[in-house]
Amino acid sequence: MSPLRESLTRLWTWFDSSTGLSGVWALAKKKEVPIHKHTAWYYLGGMTLFLFLVQIGTGVLLLFYYRPSSGEAFESVQFMMAEVQFGWLIRSIHNWAANLMIFTLFLHLFTVLLVKAYRRPRQLTWYTGVVLMGLAMAFGFTGYLLPWNELAYFATRVGTQITGVLPVVGDFLLRVLRGGEDVTGATLTRFYAFHVALLPIATIAVVAIHVLLVQRQGMSVPRRIERSKEPPRSMPFFPNFLIRDAVGWLAALAILAALAAFIPAELGSKADPFASAPVGIKPEWYFMFMFQTLKFLPAHILGIEGEVLGVLGFGLAGLFLFLIPVLDRKSAAGERSPVFTGIAIAIIAFIVVMTIVGYMVDPAA
Amino acid sequence: MFATWVGVMLLLTWRTGVIEAQSDPTEVESCVTCHQALPDGPLSDPVTRYGDDVHSGKGFGCVACHGGDGTILGPEAMDPARGFLRDLSRQRIPTMCGHCHSDAAFMRQYNPGLRVDQEVEYQSSVHGQRLVQESDSLVATCVSCHPAHGIRPPSDPLSSVHPLNVAKTCSACHANAQYMADYGIPTDQAEKYGRSVHGEALTVARDLGAPTCNDCHGNHGAAPPGVSWVGNTCGQCHSVQEQHFETSRHGEIFPLIGIPGCAACHNNHEIQAASDEMIGVGEGGICAKCHTEESEGGIQALQIRRLIDSLRIQLDSSRALLESAENSGVEVSQAQYDLEAAHSALVESRAAVHTFRAGAVDSSVAAGLAITDQAFIRGMDALGELRFRRTGLAVFALITVVLIVALLLKIKEIEGPSMSYIMFTREMRLPETRGPGSSDRNDEESS
Amino acid sequence: MIDPSAIPPEPPRRKFLDWVLGTSAGALVLAVFYPATRYMVPPDAAESSSSSVTLPLSPDDVAPNTGQVFKFGNRPGLLVRTSTNELKAFSAACTHLGCIVQYRPDLAEIWCACHNGHFDLNGRNVSGPPPTPLEEFTVNVRGDEIIVGRKT
Repeated sequence: MSPLRESLTRLWTWFDSSTGLSGVWALAKKKEVPIHKHTAWYYLGGMTLFLFLVQIGTGVLLLFYYRPSSGEAFESVQFMMAEVQFGWLIRSIHNWAANLMIFTLFLHLFTVLLVKAYRRPRQLTWYTGVVLMGLAMAFGFTGYLLPWNELAYFATRVGTQITGVLPVVGDFLLRVLRGGEDVTGATLTRFYAFHVALLPIATIAVVAIHVLLVQRQGMSVPRRIERSKEPPRSMPFFPNFLIRDAVGWLAALAILAALAAFIPAELGSKADPFASAPVGIKPEWYFMFMFQTLKFLPAHILGIEGEVLGVLGFGLAGLFLFLIPVLDRKSAAGERSPVFTGIAIAIIAFIVVMTIVGYMVDPAA
Repeated sequence: MFATWVGVMLLLTWRTGVIEAQSDPTEVESCVTCHQALPDGPLSDPVTRYGDDVHSGKGFGCVACHGGDGTILGPEAMDPARGFLRDLSRQRIPTMCGHCHSDAAFMRQYNPGLRVDQEVEYQSSVHGQRLVQESDSLVATCVSCHPAHGIRPPSDPLSSVHPLNVAKTCSACHANAQYMADYGIPTDQAEKYGRSVHGEALTVARDLGAPTCNDCHGNHGAAPPGVSWVGNTCGQCHSVQEQHFETSRHGEIFPLIGIPGCAACHNNHEIQAASDEMIGVGEGGICAKCHTEESEGGIQALQIRRLIDSLRIQLDSSRALLESAENSGVEVSQAQYDLEAAHSALVESRAAVHTFRAGAVDSSVAAGLAITDQAFIRGMDALGELRFRRTGLAVFALITVVLIVALLLKIKEIEGPSMSYIMFTREMRLPETRGPGSSDRNDEESS
Repeated sequence: MIDPSAIPPEPPRRKFLDWVLGTSAGALVLAVFYPATRYMVPPDAAESSSSSVTLPLSPDDVAPNTGQVFKFGNRPGLLVRTSTNELKAFSAACTHLGCIVQYRPDLAEIWCACHNGHFDLNGRNVSGPPPTPLEEFTVNVRGDEIIVGRKT
């Protein structure tokens, strides 16, 4: 053993004795990933986590030049894109990784929903997962405004307006979100605080619980495969599964770099609160299905304002999604649950169709 | 002329004291009481329209122009003995208006900024001369352009002399072929003006500073062009071109042989936006009117055109280059800023065309070309930055691919040669895969 | 790929694979950290933005009754110190055809050489072809810095 290696070993022993890190290591070593025809879906969670780490890394870098005020936000982003070396790269990757992350998050959620991986004993993993979905969308919504450009400004106006239609608490929520009556510089600093402090702390905490649960409980196996006569097979999490994960991450990194180089994040023109809204204001694609649904609702349904009903409906739908482990009694009891399979397919179909329709409809019409 | 002056002076003395603004503008003159009651027509119409007149707003009533006594009811108010002007014919109108408008002391009380030479100017105009000397009652007087009882200041968009309405006001007579028949002048000026660069700037772009009829022809001293040198008129705004022109051979010769200066190339009423295509003896070239290709003038024209074209093309291509670099996210603002000076050089060299000497044009073109060359180099550098990005991406992708392949090989090494990397098939046998008989995984993990 | 049969037993091949793995992983780390490090290096222009710029001049550099052209984003601006010692700034692009205007001390006016357009010291087009006034910017002096901004 070389002297270098010896001293490194000593360092590790000392470090381990005070942190107990080898326990975590043992947990990872012991973990097995089951192998069956749905194994490919197991990579989605890791991919989302990797993209979230990319977001943290690029996000921290963006903080070096970004200035959160209505007078300087747009200019500082412009400065970053034009003057700072590789500023275009950092911002474009942050932008693209955000979209990819939400995309893989949707896929992750859909597949978990379809194979009913939320059933006992993984209810808590599901709850934290749904919360993470909400946090990711909040990340997207708050981050969209930060460059303070025209599109973001008006999309945020429309987006926050929607909370205002809620009965009783609507006005209060609207004021809290906007930091005043209208979308102004106050809204920008507020969203900034959410985006770089509150949401990251919350997300890291919830992700920690989520990942710890996955490590402790292992991967869920679909009921049918669990019940089948075939002997269960698996591979070690480390290194076999992790290397495969790494292959996926590397591919994602290469795709991000290519997207950033060929389609850099746009900036557009600076937000002008006094300008009239441009035609075809669209939210980020992951809000499109909600936006489009609200547009389709008639002005009044049974004497209640359509929009109010829509917003309440989405709230209830979110709650329903959250509570699925409790509501799906059959899955919880380990039985087949075709009703919830149907519900899952209906939810996915609704989101996909509404998103597509949102992009097909002529904004001027 | 002297006689006219004496007449004017006499009239002024005679009328002094008659005209004064009413002390109380709300007090209604007796004229209104009767004329308002008359049936619709020329006798009641002035009363209804006068409310909007600028004079009405300043407190002047009927007697200010018509004389008479506004305090007496009935026809005796219109007794010439009470100063009533029975005859307000066209011939008398200029002096009538001038009675106040030529009186600086009087005008100062109401509108100190207004000039007081309109009447004198009018008398010097073709309209005024024909009115007085030839008793031509068809020519324009004050009320032709400033309609009586409805006079509004030029700043009022409803005014007949607001910049947007001047062409319409003049063309009321000048576009009327029947009316102008005896004068033997064309009647298409307004139509041509409407198509001109000035007309479009005024009516389409709504640039109220763009010249309309009176800006070239004068307003009260309306005189036809040619009285003096047309260049003086155009040079009011286009002074650099005029200066260049005056030093040129054209500037020397045109007045001598009666060629109307600027209008020779640019037309008079139908002035089009000048273009580079006008320079030359080929298609669209205006020089071909007089010069042939072989003549000295034709050669100069060709040379000038070539100079201007080269700068314009260089400027356009440099600009396009920088723009494409900017759109790709490369910083080129300094280069774009510097390129603005080349644009100035191009505009200057276009003005220098009016020297009609290639040498004079060349000096500003050369300055511009030096700038565009610089900008072009910087644009190419910016595109180099773009290539650097693409190369960087290629290098990064290569590293990633090598690493991915190495990782896949590593999996193969760990799991044995029969491993299928991505998909998991039934036939798989993994060395480290646990075989049948293992306990329920969930329990195992948590134990 | 290396044909396994052509190469003697496992060790050399495994070694080679580990070497490739290590090298490419190292290269990847470099490739990620290189742009990140370059990004942290402050750029030459300390701060630049389109709605306000700090001029590379100190207020003392501008004598009364003179003017100076400066870079405002990618467009030219004109800084004028009037004879009454007031600092004013305008867009230097003539509103007629976009030539760069200059200050004329003899007239105390802003002048465009291209077509002899004149603007007064409030930016108003007073003679010649320019159809509209020059856009005026705000000028703030903070210590030794002149900050010019777009009026909002």
